[in-house]
Amino acid sequence: MARAVTTRRKIFVTAAAWGVALLIFFPVLWMILTSFKTETSAVASPPQLFSADWTLENYAEVWGRSDYPRFFWNSVVISIGSTLLGLAIAIPAAWSMAFVPGRKTKDLLMWMLSTKMMPAVGVLIPMYLLFQRLGIFDTKTGLVLALMLMNLPIIVWMLYTYFKEIPGEILEAARMDGATLWNEIVYVLTPMALPGIASTMLLNIILAWNEAFWTITLTTTKAAPLSAFIASFSAPQGLFYAKLSAASTMAIAPILILGWFSQKQLVRGLTFGAVK
Amino acid sequence: MATQSSRFAARLMVAPSVFVLFLWMIVPLAMTIWFSFRMYRLLSPDRTGWVGMRNYTWFVTSPDFWLAISNTLLLVGGVLAITIIFGVLIALLIDQPVWGQGPLRILVISPFFVMPPVAASIWENLFMHPQNGMFASLALALGHEPILFMESYPMSSVIFIVSWEWLPFATLILLTALQSLSSEQLEAAEMDGAGALSRFRYIILPHMTRAITVVVLIQTIFLLGIFGEIFTTTQGGPGSASTTLPYMIYKQAVIAKDIGRAAAGGIIAVILANIVAYFLMRGIGKHLDA
Repeated sequence: MARAVTTRRKIFVTAAAWGVALLIFFPVLWMILTSFKTETSAVASPPQLFSADWTLENYAEVWGRSDYPRFFWNSVVISIGSTLLGLAIAIPAAWSMAFVPGRKTKDLLMWMLSTKMMPAVGVLIPMYLLFQRLGIFDTKTGLVLALMLMNLPIIVWMLYTYFKEIPGEILEAARMDGATLWNEIVYVLTPMALPGIASTMLLNIILAWNEAFWTITLTTTKAAPLSAFIASFSAPQGLFYAKLSAASTMAIAPILILGWFSQKQLVRGLTFGAVK
Repeated sequence: MATQSSRFAARLMVAPSVFVLFLWMIVPLAMTIWFSFRMYRLLSPDRTGWVGMRNYTWFVTSPDFWLAISNTLLLVGGVLAITIIFGVLIALLIDQPVWGQGPLRILVISPFFVMPPVAASIWENLFMHPQNGMFASLALALGHEPILFMESYPMSSVIFIVSWEWLPFATLILLTALQSLSSEQLEAAEMDGAGALSRFRYIILPHMTRAITVVVLIQTIFLLGIFGEIFTTTQGGPGSASTTLPYMIYKQAVIAKDIGRAAAGGIIAVILANIVAYFLMRGIGKHLDA
């Protein structure tokens, strides 16, 4: 809606918009600031900003705790692993649904989405028992599987909406020129599908990184990622504000940055192409 | 256009996804149904056997049950209302020409990328804590007693935190929808003498209906399962004041260690979610072009 506006109006709107935006962002900003304060400064009342003692000590201490790097590494492995595995299973499915749709394709897609509606807690106990029985409780393998399955419907849906935008005529032309199915996939489809696959991957890494139900319930300590760690950190050590803030800042920083880059695809992806 | 063999290949390619999702859905569900009719307590493992509907009757007649149901509905309804109303307002605001739209969007979208335990613990500790939180300092500076957020207003506090996390999502989607609205239409309406309110009521709002529906559908899927925020802050308390249905089941399974009753609760949750899903899917079917 580009419309001619007066400068004065633009100044006013800019001020209001930035005010609202800063208000929304403020908790994150305050957490980042707190992470650089000493513990005494962090809990001072009234809150200190310019008079605070600044330090990098919290980061050194949190990172130096023998287990923090492990939680971080677990988050990396679990979110990337589950996304790659999900893509490997979903790409062929989405491809065939988009290019060789059958009568049941739409029902199948709806059914996949409906599995997301099942409350995870409803199946918590069997999951817990199954994971223990299979020996994958509190392992990265187990969480990779669980998060892959949790996000698989979203991955299939996202890829499907991207693939559907690739014109089918291009495939027919390739086929006429004698391309085999394999040639079609490697030389025609993959290059055209890459942007869609990339944004699907990005969004699912974000979802998996932030997942906080299965990670809390299916781990104890060994395979716990950051989401499970922060949830337990805040309970007994709630008063170590600066260290809590430093641990939290490091936990959200990678995803915050990824998220800033992917905000355009986010809308499309999370609304399954309904809003573009 | 597709040949017989490529059709077969296509089915083959869908098979793994369908197969693993089907397993993921049906195996735990079958086990939950089985447990829900059995006596199964981890604290007294030798007492087993069929108990008929007794787990279900216990769950439904438990005083916490209706509280948990109403808390769940309150959470979903409250967050939806807050995020959509404020989402529309903020989207309208930042859709206008402003300086620094790019950085502005980045600030607004950020809370969505903050993982639930972090969001919950920032709010609980840095802001809502009765001694050290910023709100307590503000209250003292103004000469008031600090508010005990998690003790006195646990549900409102949780709703507030979750709304903060989901407001960016609603805003971003509504903003995207708003940007596809043609300015000619608005200008024409303006020339015909339509005021700002009637432009909003008759042009902007109808244009955003689809986006609002999508926000409701998608957020409901995620909000019905809210767990991390409650786990990190109130643990369902004080008492059961902020226990939602998912959290009540979690408490039965993990704290009371009564698998049978928790399973019955799980089945009830699945049935309720299916009722919601039925209506959502009918709505979503119209708006997703599958």
